[in-house]
Amino acid sequence: MKFIIAVIKPFKLDEVREALGSIGVAGMTVSEVKGFGRQKGQTEIYRGAEYSTNMLPKVKLEIAASDDLAPQVVETIQQAASTDAIGDGKIFVLDLASATRIRTGETGDTAL
Amino acid sequence: MLRTLTRAGAAGLALLAPVAAFAQEAAEAAAPVPNPGNNAWMMTSTILVLLMILPGLALFYGGLTRSKNMLSTMTQVGATAALAMLIWVMWGYSLAFGDTTYDGTLGLFVSGGSYFLTGMDAASTAATFTDEVISKYVFVSFQMTFAAITAALILGATAERMKFNAVMAFVPLWLTIVYFPIAHMVWAGGGLLFEDGALDFAGGTVVHINAGVSGLVLAYLLGKRKGYPAEPMPPHSMTLTMVGTGLLWVGWFGFNAGSALEADGSAGLAMINTFVATAAGALTWMVIERAAGHKGSALGFCSGVIAGLVAVTPAAGNSGPFGAILLGILASAVCYFAVAKAKAKFGYDDSLDAFGIHGIGGIVGAIGTAVVYQPFLGGPGDGSTALSAQLGVQVFSVVVTIAWAGIGTLLAGGLVKALIGLRVSEETEFDGLDIGEHGERAYN
Repeated sequence: MKFIIAVIKPFKLDEVREALGSIGVAGMTVSEVKGFGRQKGQTEIYRGAEYSTNMLPKVKLEIAASDDLAPQVVETIQQAASTDAIGDGKIFVLDLASATRIRTGETGDTAL
Repeated sequence: MLRTLTRAGAAGLALLAPVAAFAQEAAEAAAPVPNPGNNAWMMTSTILVLLMILPGLALFYGGLTRSKNMLSTMTQVGATAALAMLIWVMWGYSLAFGDTTYDGTLGLFVSGGSYFLTGMDAASTAATFTDEVISKYVFVSFQMTFAAITAALILGATAERMKFNAVMAFVPLWLTIVYFPIAHMVWAGGGLLFEDGALDFAGGTVVHINAGVSGLVLAYLLGKRKGYPAEPMPPHSMTLTMVGTGLLWVGWFGFNAGSALEADGSAGLAMINTFVATAAGALTWMVIERAAGHKGSALGFCSGVIAGLVAVTPAAGNSGPFGAILLGILASAVCYFAVAKAKAKFGYDDSLDAFGIHGIGGIVGAIGTAVVYQPFLGGPGDGSTALSAQLGVQVFSVVVTIAWAGIGTLLAGGLVKALIGLRVSEETEFDGLDIGEHGERAYN
């Protein structure tokens, strides 16, 4: 199993969610986060005085997927979240040791 | 000039209709009665100027501060205005417009009598610019709001670091030393600049240059805010600043069109000028932002509105509408450079740009009034005063105001600094003046 963390532009969330739904991803966790990468931040100007904000708002997705599905999930997010502009975000893939569904106690792929 | 014309007209009428002569003599013997229309407009104008202070200026300035200083900024504006009102009826009106006029040098700077409004009742009247009169209490109240807003305007330069009790000690001293004499010099018969022929319809010198220069001097006495300019101190609520700006613009009609002292054509001229100069100022600031490679901003819009309003104040009834537009454009451009470039270059901490916009805009307006007054630009002047002569008079009035405000504020501020100190403690400044000085928070 893989654990996929994707940080994307907030306005792309709906498109990504739809695309992932169509390839069979059953669930995900979404949080609003702040951070910076190469985009660095943005500048605000008040009466000529510049203030730079170095943390930008992003959305973080967390998805657990079977080993078979994981490459497809990464590709789907990459395509759906891309705008070809700086600050589109990143996708991280981690090995996932186990998963348990709390209601039934199922473990492994069936718990996803 | 208007007064002379009207009197000649009345005399001509009497010659043409001798039958009416007796009636007219009888009328002249009776005390003049205010025209209710004029009185109503002046009462409305007075309240419009109050609208500029609370809530207009309080929200405009408050929104520009950091959230921890929102309430203290608004409270200082409100308390300053309240204090100025009481001082005005005690001795302010006397020094500026009192019934006792002094001969010689003293009369150029102050008047006397009428302390605590003695000798005044509901039937008392004050002269206007024609043969009309308005109720004296209305005139006293109208001028009272000018003293109140001018004192409050200064606080934009000192925001986020001045002790509340220092503000309360400074205001009476400053009004007495600086405001009342300047108001007398510019607006009262016998005053130095009035007799010199200076044009200041609604307070370009008395209000804006005066407040701006005084603010700059006080900011210098106070020192810079902790962390300025290295730390970011962006405005905490552009929304409230925009609300304040709107209220200022609305209230300014009382300020400018009220200064005609009657609901007449001159007031109408001041009204249209207050619309168009402001509109031109607002858009000019945004265009300059774009030209400088930035985005047209809300604060740019608000700043341009104030720059336009300030610049048209001395010219309100002394310019045609297109002269006023020129003045709005010019003032907005000059103020932009003062605020965005000069302030950073010279490094003074005029927190909310009281000097950058009121001081500089006032100077542009006062000097520009000499130009837009001329008939070739559609101004109401009859051309009897040459442009160069009027320019000289205007520049002189600006120089006198800057010197008087600068030296007077140095005295008043220096005295308060020596006696009780001007600045809050470092801890209060860090925690914010809302909690430190008033024990309240703007937002919970």
